[in-house]
Amino acid sequence: MLANDHIDLTVEPGEIHALLGENGAGKSTLMNVLYGLVQPDQGEIVIDGRRVECHAPQDAIEAGIGMVHQHFMLVPVFTVTENVMLGAEQTHGGPVAALDRRRARERVVEVSREYGLAMDPDAIVEDLPVGVQQRIEIVKVLTREVDLLILDEPTAVLTPQEIDDLLAVMRALQAAGKSIVFITHKLREVKAIADRITVIRGGRVVATTGPETSEDELAAMMVGRSVSLAVDKQPAQLGEPVLEVAGLAVDDERGHRAVDRVDLTVHAGEVLGIAGVQGNGQTELVEAIMGLRPVVAGTVSLRGRSLAGRRTKQILHSRVGYVPEDRSVDGLVKEFTVAENLVLNMYDTEPFGTRFMLHRDAITKSAADRVARFDVRTSSPQAPAATLSGGNQQKVIVARELTRPLTLFVAAQPTRGLDVGSIEFIHRQIIHERDVGTAVLLVSSELEEVLALADRVAVMYRGRIHAVVPPDTPREEVGLLMAGGSTSGEPA
Amino acid sequence: MTSDPAEPAPAEPAPSTPAPASGPAPDSARWGTRFLYHLWSANAFTVTALAIVLALLIGAVLIVVSDAEVRATYGYLFARPGDALTASWERISDAYATLFRGAVVDPGAIGRALDGTGSWAAVFGPSSETLTAAAPLVFTGLAFALAFRGGLFNIGVQGQTILGAIGAGLAGFLLPLPVLLHLVLALLAGGLAGAAWAFGPGILKARTGAHEVITTIMLNSVAAIFIGWVIIQSWALDQSRQGAISHPVDQSARLPRLFGWLDPGLRVHLGILVALAAVAGVAWLLNRSSVGFELRAVGLNPQAARVAGMSVTGTYVLVMVIAGGLAGLGGATVVLGTAYALTTLVAGSVGFDGILVGLLGRAKPWGVFAAALLFGALQAGGRAMQTGSGISLELVQVIQALIVIFVAAPALVKATFGLRAIRIGRISGVAARGW
Repeated sequence: MLANDHIDLTVEPGEIHALLGENGAGKSTLMNVLYGLVQPDQGEIVIDGRRVECHAPQDAIEAGIGMVHQHFMLVPVFTVTENVMLGAEQTHGGPVAALDRRRARERVVEVSREYGLAMDPDAIVEDLPVGVQQRIEIVKVLTREVDLLILDEPTAVLTPQEIDDLLAVMRALQAAGKSIVFITHKLREVKAIADRITVIRGGRVVATTGPETSEDELAAMMVGRSVSLAVDKQPAQLGEPVLEVAGLAVDDERGHRAVDRVDLTVHAGEVLGIAGVQGNGQTELVEAIMGLRPVVAGTVSLRGRSLAGRRTKQILHSRVGYVPEDRSVDGLVKEFTVAENLVLNMYDTEPFGTRFMLHRDAITKSAADRVARFDVRTSSPQAPAATLSGGNQQKVIVARELTRPLTLFVAAQPTRGLDVGSIEFIHRQIIHERDVGTAVLLVSSELEEVLALADRVAVMYRGRIHAVVPPDTPREEVGLLMAGGSTSGEPA
Repeated sequence: MTSDPAEPAPAEPAPSTPAPASGPAPDSARWGTRFLYHLWSANAFTVTALAIVLALLIGAVLIVVSDAEVRATYGYLFARPGDALTASWERISDAYATLFRGAVVDPGAIGRALDGTGSWAAVFGPSSETLTAAAPLVFTGLAFALAFRGGLFNIGVQGQTILGAIGAGLAGFLLPLPVLLHLVLALLAGGLAGAAWAFGPGILKARTGAHEVITTIMLNSVAAIFIGWVIIQSWALDQSRQGAISHPVDQSARLPRLFGWLDPGLRVHLGILVALAAVAGVAWLLNRSSVGFELRAVGLNPQAARVAGMSVTGTYVLVMVIAGGLAGLGGATVVLGTAYALTTLVAGSVGFDGILVGLLGRAKPWGVFAAALLFGALQAGGRAMQTGSGISLELVQVIQALIVIFVAAPALVKATFGLRAIRIGRISGVAARGW
């Protein structure tokens, strides 16, 4: 398949160049070409007027190109220094070739001081927060003496504060004469930092513009039509409490307390949004509500009836809809057809089947209806779910849950990694579900999403509900809460 | 040295990737061209057929190498190359022709039957033997395939088969029951014994996460020794006969021969029809039933199955019990259909072969049936080859194993024959998953 079609991209020295595009637009392919992971069929790469061929990342590094991947390439049990030296190990020489850790450590200290990337060279990586891990990746690239850094979706895993720190680091790098290609789909950040913006759609460059372009214009270029980023909704019509969580405590896999004395109430007809940086207990909270994780203490009740001891199947059958946060692992059986995935949790219930047998005609017919209604782009309802794009896979899950009568809808990261068009669609569906009187519990690490959809925002930090604020709270304030601060300003 | 008679003609050159551009099958192409195009893409059927061809070719090499006389002609290969080639060709063609005559039909026998000098029984004898050998393999193949679809690697088919043999055998000579009832109960006893044997690994997997490969392998050894212990018990051992052999199974519990009225030598028995019913049953279970839906979901993505409210652990136990029951029926088919008594080696390698059959059949019920027929044919033909051409029966086992290796490593077959790759990795998925 043609992922990049005659793309021209010029990055000036000392420039921060944003590469903006939806998922699947070809951003990553382009960068993989630059980094030597994918070979171009035609075209050339010129650095400082010299034509280079990158057949492997090593070539790219030698040509002065470094890449920080979206998913960190760090060994969790190694120290910062060991991770930085990995791949370019220096030795004392001689037949034994013992590693020269001291020299590597000095280099780490030197580079991190030079660019203001504070870190402890002897810390074990897995003990460090995500933002610091990302800095290690950047330092690792910088120690290889590169001139051009490619940052692939660097802000996806960061708190608002960490994002600000990262932007500061990028400016420092720029001041030191480095060029940066900043891949993202977040318009706000692009406008905040980029000198120039190249928008890619369908493997082609749509435009190269400056940061003065408005967010709406940029979004329209990305998607190819005008989109409404704001979610259009009426004030909530609050009903009875539907989901009540009191004093809930839940442990994670390693036995650490992940959810600590959480109290929550979600009413019919409202969206309760849970904001928080990933890994602050949201996953465990949702799984405990869905009966997928044991409750250590506290109660969860649905319309006044305790869910204690109920199995996931019973909870799902009590009119609870669930969009799990990881669609490919938890939400879909990828080898199953779209039709089968659409009945994945209702296959043994009329009209799709009984305890003993499936009604295949009903399953097929309903699949055709729902594929049409939710605009799932698939060659056929009988195609394996794996053949669909991420956005369409997510639509299958949303269609599965929202086409049955619900009293509670639990959506975890419902739009993660989706393109703007799909996000818009799913947001409308969630608001529609709220408007028909369903209680909605929305968990998202995208602060914008929570603020746009929620009627109340609960900020989760280190397993606890840190604060509950209205959705018109300034995002800076919510961001501070997400990092454990309080609204009055002092750091936690 | 292409030699085997049943070769599905790979003579046509690969339709050298359609002339214009490189796209999917050309729309305007004639039906025949399109058929060849798809035949030559690496689909399951083509890969399997070519795996069989490859295995037979390697088997041919082994035939030549293992024959002292033919080997001798290679000593003066450069002086008289004709000798070596002729001797090899004759040896191979004779061996495979005997294999075919022993497994499918002997053309000579048809002639003799037609002109009255031979019996019709001789015509149907080979296919009768093939079906007889295939019947237990269908059950054991299903036992592996079903567990595989549920995400479990059931290496314990052999042990479950042995337990099935014990259950059916004991019910067969200990229970004094009337004709039909006795057979039904004996089969049931076999199935239940196999199911009970598999329940252990199932519950251990569900409760403690103990890997089924480890537990079932261990239980295979236990079963192999357990049957020896059962046979030498006073209530089981047949004192009137030499060696460790149990009482014979009552007539009322034996699987009736289907064509005994034509010739008592036609051994094919009711077991093959029961096996056919089992294939249909498992196919229904997998594709039409709610339990099958759960089983497939758990097999493909246990995490998503759990999130969708299915009981993954419950499914594991159920899968193992059903698989064990099928394997047990396989053992029962051996005892009630051909052996008629328990010996320590009564189950032979029916259980282990079932694993190969399940893999070759790509863990699909009707695929398993076809694979069991193939293996049954190889075994029936192999016996004929041993008596008729003096070639060791082990050769057949080598060929069986080679077929499965080639099927499990489709890249090898694709490279050998220059097949076009197709996108779906289903073939490689069969053997490269589950651990």
